[in-house]
Amino acid sequence: MAVMNEKEHARLIVSVSPHIRSDVSVSRIMWTVSIALFPALLMGVYFFGPRALFIVATCIVSSVFFEYLTAKVMGRPVTINDGSAFLTGLLLGMNLPSSLWSFSPFLIHVPIIGSFVAVAITKMLFGGLGYNIFNPALIGRAFLLISWPRAMTIFYKPTAAFLGFDAQTTATPLGILKEDGMNKLIEVFGTKSNLYLMKLIGQNAGSIGETSALALLIGGLYLLAKRYITWHIPVTFIATVAVVTWIFGGTDPATGKMVLFAGDPLLNVLSGGLMLGAFFMATDYVTGPTLRNAQILFGIGCGLITSLIRIKGGFPEGVMFAILLMNCFAPLLDRYVKRKPFGFRKEAAR
Amino acid sequence: MPTFVGGIHPPEKKELSEKKQITPLKPPARVIIQLRQHLGAPAKAAVSIGDEVKIGTVVGTPEGFVSAPVHASVSGKVIALAEFPTAMGRMVESVVIENDGKEEWVPLKESPDYMDLPPEELKEKIKAAGIVGMGGATFPTAVKLSPPKEKPIDIVILNGAECEPYLTADHRLMVEKPAEVVEGLRILMKVLGVKKGVIGIEDNKPDAIEAIRKASARYPEIEVCVPHVKYPQGAEKMLIKAATGREVPPRALPMDVGVVVQNIGTTYAIYEAVRYGKPLVERVVTVTGEGIKEPGNLLARIGTPLSYLIDACGGFSNGTAKVVAGGPMMGFAVGTLDVPVTKGTSGVLVLPDEGLFHAGDYKPCIRCSRCVDVCPMGLTPGVMSVLIEKGHYEEAKALGLFDCFECGSCAFVCPSKRPVVQLVRLAKSMVKP
Repeated sequence: MAVMNEKEHARLIVSVSPHIRSDVSVSRIMWTVSIALFPALLMGVYFFGPRALFIVATCIVSSVFFEYLTAKVMGRPVTINDGSAFLTGLLLGMNLPSSLWSFSPFLIHVPIIGSFVAVAITKMLFGGLGYNIFNPALIGRAFLLISWPRAMTIFYKPTAAFLGFDAQTTATPLGILKEDGMNKLIEVFGTKSNLYLMKLIGQNAGSIGETSALALLIGGLYLLAKRYITWHIPVTFIATVAVVTWIFGGTDPATGKMVLFAGDPLLNVLSGGLMLGAFFMATDYVTGPTLRNAQILFGIGCGLITSLIRIKGGFPEGVMFAILLMNCFAPLLDRYVKRKPFGFRKEAAR
Repeated sequence: MPTFVGGIHPPEKKELSEKKQITPLKPPARVIIQLRQHLGAPAKAAVSIGDEVKIGTVVGTPEGFVSAPVHASVSGKVIALAEFPTAMGRMVESVVIENDGKEEWVPLKESPDYMDLPPEELKEKIKAAGIVGMGGATFPTAVKLSPPKEKPIDIVILNGAECEPYLTADHRLMVEKPAEVVEGLRILMKVLGVKKGVIGIEDNKPDAIEAIRKASARYPEIEVCVPHVKYPQGAEKMLIKAATGREVPPRALPMDVGVVVQNIGTTYAIYEAVRYGKPLVERVVTVTGEGIKEPGNLLARIGTPLSYLIDACGGFSNGTAKVVAGGPMMGFAVGTLDVPVTKGTSGVLVLPDEGLFHAGDYKPCIRCSRCVDVCPMGLTPGVMSVLIEKGHYEEAKALGLFDCFECGSCAFVCPSKRPVVQLVRLAKSMVKP
């Protein structure tokens, strides 16, 4: 049988439905998250000077480079354009102290090694995008913290002296809280309200991108509004830290003993890497659970471990370890928090 | 507004054709009547080459319980019995009829007092007319209207959701033939002995809602349910949930919760079959998309080749890349325009090269949960797709593989552009349900 209607048949594409797709792509997600981090980066660079920018730039460039290199060596397609390596570098840089930009002692190799550990080992060796178990930027930071414990905990005063390279070192607010207590912290910042204000805008010592809670909140809300993240992890994470540090975080200034319900939840929420971690790192799709109920448990777990380290641990801050530990549990949480399929009833269970 | 959990909001694109009146399409010179236009056993050819047929002559008789007869849609001569491709690319036995242009019908038995006929006789008429589910599933309607005794039916739902983007065939039927559609529903209720009928229409079709409300106003047993516009609101289980609050359990059928759902086009065909004795020889087909010059809603004879429909709508605009039988979410891309209109062809969608999604290049799953949020069946499509990719079909089955009805919402939202539906179909073919 001949063709029924001899027409200039276009060469028709045949493929499986659906034939239309949404315009959200992996690279758009990565670049959007990077943009959402911009306010916090801006505040970091403003308070810690150009050296902060150099650190972040070093991490980004070396992360992208290491992704390219490992892809080539492993014979895999090069996917540096998807923005994932850029974002890892950006997050790693924002999680480092600006003091690493130092030639004497020479520390410039530290962020580069961190990028290598983050991208080449944590991500690419585990199979690349989508297959890594741990948050790459946080493994990079954890590696550096363990390898260069001293250099990684030297923090400069946020002087906002834009061109100055000479800087005074100081402890982070959580460090002061842990070593010398609340009274000392208030003494340093003048008043308690000034302490909160400085925490909000970012004029306090810490890693480059973690000091301004307000800038991070703006970025986080932007991602929530765009529905690139949901409330499940950040809200439960932050709320758990607030509740637990309020209950168990208070101490008697005289004896140093724990006093129940005397902690400062607001200070704990605004401090350290919590805002950065809760909105930008714990929400990493790849290393967190997929099911929403599992994400709630994940967020609570992150909050509990963070609080435990802050109150009882040797480190003043615990967000990084909390997220990394909970990364291990993500697949288990997904497995145990089963979804209820549509119409599913217990008695009809297969 | 009643609805279900999950779902997506793809661009609706109904504006291309929703205001276009249903226009009868002049029958083509030849029609290709496929003998397998329904689920179940294909019909058996009842004519030979050279036979003269009229419109409505049975050219294929049903084989077995789940089957349906097929009828000639033009008058003329059978010139070939040959295999022709379906929209899915499968070759099926078909009867080719050369149109003599006389438009002669077989004698039709009208029943002006159809509501006085006994249910069995009504069902017999529906069966003889070869009516099948015209939304695309093509399940023989008479079979659907014969539920086993232990599954009593108490509600009939008409599916006027038409949630597929672009398609407007049911929409136009509801606007132009509301009384006939409502009568069709009353016939269905009588056949099933049911006291309640619901017509579900998504809230993006206010003119259809108004027309149907007006037409059904004098029947208190019929109510109009207006769910929020969301894909796949027109999926049986989702519509039942919105209209009645009942949830069809996994692997069960609507009749297990006392419901029968019928498509609008099918209901209209049922009315015509019962009132006028008319077999199913034509249907409304939306020809639309950015790649067609004059989109419209055509009343086309079964067996009309897609190429003929496309010509009737002014032909392709420049750079046509894809022709889909059905809607963009669940339709089938055809490889040839020789594919004929069948009882299940609700639309022909022509997509231009510009802005077309090209399948093939996809990334690994980044576990972003978007598919989890949109899956109307409450499944985890992303995890399933990864398991299938690695050949773990049984594990995918344990995650509810066979609960998936391939609506494509997961693939639509996937940022990695993964071919989730394709993988699901692969796995379904590899393991037993």
